[in-house]
Amino acid sequence: MMGRDYALYFFAALGSFLVVYIVLPIVTIFAKQALDFEMLVKTVHDPLVLEALRNSLLTATATALISLFFGVPLGYILARKDFRGKNFVQAIIDVPVVIPHSVVGIMLLVTFSNAILDSYKGIIAAMLFVSAPFAINSARDGFLAVDEKLEHVARTLGASRIRTFFSISLPMALPSIASGGIMAWARSMSEVGAILIVAYYPKTAQILVMEYFNNYGLRASRPISVMLMLISLSIFVFLRWLIGRVRE
Amino acid sequence: MLKVESISKDYREFKLREISFDVREGEHFIILGPSGSGKTVLLEIIAGIISPDRGRILLRGEDITGLPPEKRNFSYIPQNYALFPHMTVFDNIAFGLKLRKIPRKEVARKVREVAESLGIDHLLHRKPRTLSGGEQQRVAIARALVVKPELLLMDEPFANLDVQTKSKLIREMKRWRKEFGFTAIHVTHSFEEALSLGDRVGIMLRGRLVQVGDVRDVFSKPKSEEVARFLGFENIIEGVANGRILKVGDLRIELPREVWGKVRVGIRPEDITIFMEGVKTSARNVFKARVEGIEDLGALVKLTLNLGGIILRAFITRSSLIELGIREGEEVYASFKASAIHVFP
Repeated sequence: MMGRDYALYFFAALGSFLVVYIVLPIVTIFAKQALDFEMLVKTVHDPLVLEALRNSLLTATATALISLFFGVPLGYILARKDFRGKNFVQAIIDVPVVIPHSVVGIMLLVTFSNAILDSYKGIIAAMLFVSAPFAINSARDGFLAVDEKLEHVARTLGASRIRTFFSISLPMALPSIASGGIMAWARSMSEVGAILIVAYYPKTAQILVMEYFNNYGLRASRPISVMLMLISLSIFVFLRWLIGRVRE
Repeated sequence: MLKVESISKDYREFKLREISFDVREGEHFIILGPSGSGKTVLLEIIAGIISPDRGRILLRGEDITGLPPEKRNFSYIPQNYALFPHMTVFDNIAFGLKLRKIPRKEVARKVREVAESLGIDHLLHRKPRTLSGGEQQRVAIARALVVKPELLLMDEPFANLDVQTKSKLIREMKRWRKEFGFTAIHVTHSFEEALSLGDRVGIMLRGRLVQVGDVRDVFSKPKSEEVARFLGFENIIEGVANGRILKVGDLRIELPREVWGKVRVGIRPEDITIFMEGVKTSARNVFKARVEGIEDLGALVKLTLNLGGIILRAFITRSSLIELGIREGEEVYASFKASAIHVFP
């Protein structure tokens, strides 16, 4: 054996700072809420909270499906075709990541104004803008990982391009596409900035957390935060696990 | 049956130039060339996967250049076999049949039939990644043959297999050909495959098809120095083997192993030694030969020898040429060890 690899220990020590930094607030908020159980029970029975949670889950799910519906075909084109301006299209897809989300809200409102103002459409519009890149890029990576020769063989055996897509490319890229859908869903659930500007109503849980904090303070906003996190995390973890099993 | 007319194509680093040849019904046509010569691109143009910049492809006189792959009824087996990893072996083989709207019972029967012929009927429920290389290749061939294609397009079908599996599959390929009666275009860099399976061969070098013809003719009479250098094996003899003896005209050549029937053997020019008088050694093939040509290659000299009608080329050093005093038209003895003979199965 060689001597101890101190460099790796050093890196591990530095790296664990970030892991602890992410885990610590999550554990803390759950722990503190556990001590204040009464408030949690009260919140669970608050119809306003339940309504907001329902709104969040519905809009995020709708957004994930819409981003897949449009993102999967786009991902396929990006994976399979070379065309002029492809780099430009790829850059546009990544733009939402760099725009501050409040600015996204302003842009959407300037562009679509009353059509999306304070409506479910508005929530979904805001979510779609910030989450679509996840769906598109995962779909593209999924299709890139499918050997093009498989499609060629399917074609020579008599399958049209569309038939080949549905019987070969799509099933093989499905785990990657699904994980893109989950990321889009998770990104939608965590969106606040753009929704705040475009559609304060109908009220979503993310917005409600902020409203309770502004109006009633930390103690009132904490239980909703915990519930929102519990739901998001468990769905996220469950879906990831499901994909992992399918991949096996 | 298939006519390829002046196909040209620039594709990535490959440049195909003015490629023309034709394939006859029931023929096993080999496209032989080193890697990077553009063989795969040519095959994919014929399959309809890549469209050519110029030129036409005719199937029984009908122009199919613009047809998509699914309308050509050619089966394509890429070098990596491209088995569908998410389907069982059964579903892989059944893929083309299902697309042809054949009733399910009929599909199952046909799959079983072809799987039996190829010796893979015990693997039908398995997923491709659990199979060995040789088994995967059989599945790919079964999937291609079951749809009764007009043309079977094979890209380096044996390149990824170990030597034993390879020679076994080559032998079986001949049997399957009799059984299914397919016409094939087979792309390879292996002389062994060309000589064992090919009826005719096209030599492809740097994007051009430089010589097309009968396998034996191309190997024995390369049209250009380029082809000759690529083929390396200059002495290809065809004869009828009976155990360890190969009969070629009046000659009896001792072989390194037992073979029966029509075979081709190759001897490298550097493996032939020249004597002025016949020496009797049991382990050697010794034949009287007439020197028909002497070609100076620098340190080496290439002799063209006539062994009772069979032309062999031999390399000797310049000093032994002088020592032996060999001149054109003279009678010498050519000898080569049985172990220096390469038998093409």
